[in-house]
Amino acid sequence: MITVENLTKTFPGSTGQVRALDGVNLDVAAGTVLGVVGPSGAGKSTLARCVALLERPDSGAIRVDGTDLVSLGGPALRAARRQIGVVPQGDSLLRQRTAAGNVALPLESAGVPGPQRRTRVAELLDLVGLTDKAGSYPDQLSGGQRQRIAVARALAASPSVLLADEPTSALDPDTTGSVLTVLDRARAELGVTVLVVTHDMGVVRKICDDVAVLDGGRVVEHGKVLDLVADAGSRTAASLLPAVDQNPAAEGAYDRVADVVLVGFAAVGALLPEATSRFGVELNLLGGGLTRLGETPVARFRVGLNGERADSALEWIAEAGGAVRRTLAGPQGVAA
Amino acid sequence: MRSATPWSTVFDYTLVATGQTLYMVGVSTLIAVLLGTPLGVWLQLTAPGGLRPRPLVHKLVGFVVDLGRSMPFLVLLVLLTSLTRLLLGHTIGPTAAIVPLAVGAIPFVGRLVQNVLSEVHVSVVEAAVTTGASTLRIVRSVLLRESLPALVNAIGVTAIALLGYSAMAGVVGGGGLGDLAVREGYQRFNDRYLWATVVVLAVIATLIQFISNRVARGVDRRRHASV
Ligand SMILES: Nc1ncnc2c1ncn2[C@@H]1O[C@H](COP(=O)(O)OP(=O)(O)O)[C@@H](O)[C@H]1O
Ligand SMILES: [Mg+2]
Repeated sequence: MITVENLTKTFPGSTGQVRALDGVNLDVAAGTVLGVVGPSGAGKSTLARCVALLERPDSGAIRVDGTDLVSLGGPALRAARRQIGVVPQGDSLLRQRTAAGNVALPLESAGVPGPQRRTRVAELLDLVGLTDKAGSYPDQLSGGQRQRIAVARALAASPSVLLADEPTSALDPDTTGSVLTVLDRARAELGVTVLVVTHDMGVVRKICDDVAVLDGGRVVEHGKVLDLVADAGSRTAASLLPAVDQNPAAEGAYDRVADVVLVGFAAVGALLPEATSRFGVELNLLGGGLTRLGETPVARFRVGLNGERADSALEWIAEAGGAVRRTLAGPQGVAA
Repeated sequence: MRSATPWSTVFDYTLVATGQTLYMVGVSTLIAVLLGTPLGVWLQLTAPGGLRPRPLVHKLVGFVVDLGRSMPFLVLLVLLTSLTRLLLGHTIGPTAAIVPLAVGAIPFVGRLVQNVLSEVHVSVVEAAVTTGASTLRIVRSVLLRESLPALVNAIGVTAIALLGYSAMAGVVGGGGLGDLAVREGYQRFNDRYLWATVVVLAVIATLIQFISNRVARGVDRRRHASV
């Protein structure tokens, strides 16, 4: 749907050139939500601005449905911009226009006639749950409501891609939820492909199918969230899964100690009890916990096993879909 | 010591001079706003980080604008006499004074407008850019519309500044209240003219301020939550 190929961007800095993007590749499938995360200064906003066609990269391509948008100019560039709805970083609503007037802006730019414009604006206000605020001015809305209007505006001209740079960074946790719900609805009901830039892993936890970790202008990790969490060495796993505290005293009492990541209802609910009964081992949870990624329950437990067939039990768990990493004794680092 | 001019005569002269002042200030403000606003828009668009950055030409024009702004009005009056003669055929009277007043105020308005437009937040402008809006539409629907209240105030500030300068225009025979105050009041020691002109000038300035505040509030669509 949208692909970013080998994107490079340098800025002149006080101490020589700053490489904000250093060969970035991304691939976002149609109708999925990609979270772009990374520390401050990683290049997230630069990437977002390039994809929004606000910044021209030094080299590389940005393709929506196969067409490279980077080299366009004039009317072709303006038309291309309509394919990408953008929620810019920060407060971006026109303060002299009502919520409805703001949502109408892209339709005016696209030359949509008045009556059709009003219908479309009403649809979008409904989508973001702010029909009753149509006549309110931004100064009368809360931060979360303003961001939802900004999302509605970004979606007004029916773009195939929705891009949001830190849409929740100025919001409290409750309001953040309402904005994320709206992004999720946009994907579910309009089928748009969503690219959300954030430094908040909570955003990834709640709505992202895929995640790309940016650091120093490079993509250091990119894949499905549920795949990456099963990889114990990934940054995504480290920041999304429940922490496991070290407890050498308790661990010393077991033949085998391992970290197990379980993804999905079936695995979380059934895998460990079944391993216990199948292999006749004693299996205890020493740490870790349960969390949710989107709708999917995901657990990371540190387990201790006693019994002759402890290794077999761990192998079976790995084969049945759990990601197993041994921390003590036995062969290291077996993963499914 | 001759007897003071009757108040009725002072009134008649002051009335005529007030008409001339209002004419000079009104027309020169109009021209300055009509020509200075596009200049201000252009300065904002071509500034570094603007929608159409043209660093070199921007610097050059900016330099000329600031030169025009720092020029003492009296010098401008003298310098522009030949332009006035070219445009009007003569250099005396309120209409002739409009030329240097308007020309002098164009760079002033240009900078005011640019300042006002630069207050529109970058993300607001960029949001409009990403909708695929043309630059013309962004100027009209975003930059100018979002700053309309401040623009109205800037017009008021310009008119009041021109009210002050129009008093000086009397020097080249511009007429108006300043001319009356200097010729009848100061040079002929006629305090009644001084008082009358000072009062009328103060009233006009106050009125301009009052009206521009009112209009600015009227065009400001922002409504703050009442909580
Ligand atoms: N317009 C700019 N001019 C100069 N340097 C910039 C500019 N934009 C970004 N940078 C630099 O590029 C790097 C990446 O910035 P940014 O994309 O804003 O990171 P992030 O959004 O991940 O915090 C930083 O080192 C930043 O200082
Ligand atoms: Mg950023």
